[in-house]
Amino acid sequence: MSNENGTEAGKAYWKANLALIRNCLIVWALSSFGMGILFRPLLTGIEVGGTDLGFWFAQQGSILVFLGLIFFYAWRMNKLDHQFGVEE
Amino acid sequence: MDQTTLNYIVVGLSFALYFGIAIWARAGSTGEFYAAGRGVPPVLNGMATGADWMSAASFISMAGLIAFTGYDNSTFLMGWTGGYVLLAMLLAPYLRKFGKYTVPEFIGDRFYSQTARIVAVICLIVASITYVIGQMTGVGVTFARFLEVDVTTGLLIGATVVFFYAVLGGMKGITYTQVAQYVVLITAYTIPAIFISLALTGNAIPSLGLFSEHTASGQPLLAKLDQVVTDLGFASYTGHHTNTLNMVLFTMSLMIGTAGLPHVIIRFFTVPRVADARWSAGWALVFIALLYLTAPAVGAMARLNIMDTIQTGEIGAPEGNLAYENRPQWFKNWEETGLLNFEDKNGDGRIQFYNDKNAEFAEKAQEFGWNGNELDVNRDILVLANPEIAQLPGWVIALVAAGGLAAALSTAAGLLLAISSAISHDLIKSVINPRISEKGELLAARIAMTGAIIVATWLGLNPPGFAAQTVALAFGLAAASIFPVLMMGIFSKRVNAPGAICGMLTGLIITVGYVFTYLGMFFIPGTNLLPNTPDAWLFGISPASFGTIGAIFNFAVAYLVSMQTAEPPQEIQDLVESVRIPRGAGVAVDH
Repeated sequence: MSNENGTEAGKAYWKANLALIRNCLIVWALSSFGMGILFRPLLTGIEVGGTDLGFWFAQQGSILVFLGLIFFYAWRMNKLDHQFGVEE
Repeated sequence: MDQTTLNYIVVGLSFALYFGIAIWARAGSTGEFYAAGRGVPPVLNGMATGADWMSAASFISMAGLIAFTGYDNSTFLMGWTGGYVLLAMLLAPYLRKFGKYTVPEFIGDRFYSQTARIVAVICLIVASITYVIGQMTGVGVTFARFLEVDVTTGLLIGATVVFFYAVLGGMKGITYTQVAQYVVLITAYTIPAIFISLALTGNAIPSLGLFSEHTASGQPLLAKLDQVVTDLGFASYTGHHTNTLNMVLFTMSLMIGTAGLPHVIIRFFTVPRVADARWSAGWALVFIALLYLTAPAVGAMARLNIMDTIQTGEIGAPEGNLAYENRPQWFKNWEETGLLNFEDKNGDGRIQFYNDKNAEFAEKAQEFGWNGNELDVNRDILVLANPEIAQLPGWVIALVAAGGLAAALSTAAGLLLAISSAISHDLIKSVINPRISEKGELLAARIAMTGAIIVATWLGLNPPGFAAQTVALAFGLAAASIFPVLMMGIFSKRVNAPGAICGMLTGLIITVGYVFTYLGMFFIPGTNLLPNTPDAWLFGISPASFGTIGAIFNFAVAYLVSMQTAEPPQEIQDLVESVRIPRGAGVAVDH
């Protein structure tokens, strides 16, 4: 077990990670449960290929958003690892 | 050359490839057997995870599920991909940092309790065994249809192949075989989809074709499909027809179930570094998305193809329906398997395919002289029949057979590894004989794997009659029992052993209880307490969606019990601190 665990840097790193996760999960929920299911009735006016934007989010958009989110998270965390000096 | 010979050649070649990899990637140590020596590059691990994850259900069934329901089954698309976001952010990097071999091992160490570890082993084995039955039956069906052997022989051949590379190579052999299996399955899935998309929309990318114009009618494809199905009394394809709450909970169950399935989690133990675990989750989703973005297009297009094949002319006109004697060859092939059935209810020698449960349309149908829906299509045949429906060359059909087998075998192997490592590492090494040597443990792992394959094969040969429901149960269990304790083990220092054990047991019991209430005790027909209908479900929540509720109970109980009992010892709090930061992961490799 390394020493910097309990240090201020370690705490700040974890706090930054939690904030990043929270933001990413908000987008995650909005794109799937939000746009794909719950808000679909509000999106009926926006047409995409013979149907509406909600349908597109449910069958494709959400998956593309998930992909973007994971790579964004991995990239941001790599930067945070270096910034707080906790990289491998 | 006839089709069966061609199928034999293509499937045989793919098997030879798997054998070759097995011999090349033998495991020499427990580290290689359990975690492929932690030397798998993130992109390859992503590919292997894709094959590990995409089972017979994804390859064979999913497009059919979407095709015959439409929008309402988007839950599978969002649920089976959204879990990777949770995995990448909430579990994979920290569990990789922890640096051990199995999921119960983390739970046992983090909650400093052999009881917690054994409860986790039970949850893991129940979830994985139920899941593996579906894979084995998928292997049997694919063999029976394409290689014209009986289901038993097919299953035994499949089991032998898995035995060879899984027992010999462990995680190392499985990983590199899964990479090859991914390539086979994605090629097999994509090629027919491209041809069908080209034929219907002129767009070579199926996922774009789905939202393009239907060339024959000049309408958008989905608008055309909506019209075709509603004209025959079916519910509209793009419309929302189910309970919204249930749809949300089901999607969530699939998401957290995905993140909690041990055979997926252990794939992230094989990469060299914590950062690689994050990237690898992204790559896994890239490879999964290639199939998942294509699946809804395959579903919609195949549905349109089938409707147009049967309803050749105007609805209600005597000549408007396909004459049975003129049915295409694929129709005849699938009739032989019993998965496609025609019954000429009105005796006119033509096929009427419509929704006879729609009262409004039934009246019209009576005027036409129709006497009930005459065609019964098993939705599982859709992907397998696709190349025949689109009249593609024989080698494409053979490739689809090899792809279906690759999907089922790769998932089966991953599940069997999760089961056997839980037995050899979490039960034998940790509980029964802690002094077992490295060589002895490796032998135990191989024997456990052999045992798991025998049990899985036996269950595949004698499916308990509930194979279809078991996958939903596996997800519910993973969601309700495993995911919450893993997450709390990382994100809370306060949750302790009694909390975790009570949480897991509550999640497990309440979910199994809810499922059994509607599907019967141990799925035995007739022993259900309430009918399995939306009206009888609590707040309209289906048994398959209940994993989310089980997970909420797990979280709540674990938190409340922990708060009432002593906080975890200092060294456990230090352990939690250490899994949260990447530094020092290398040290754990050679423990």
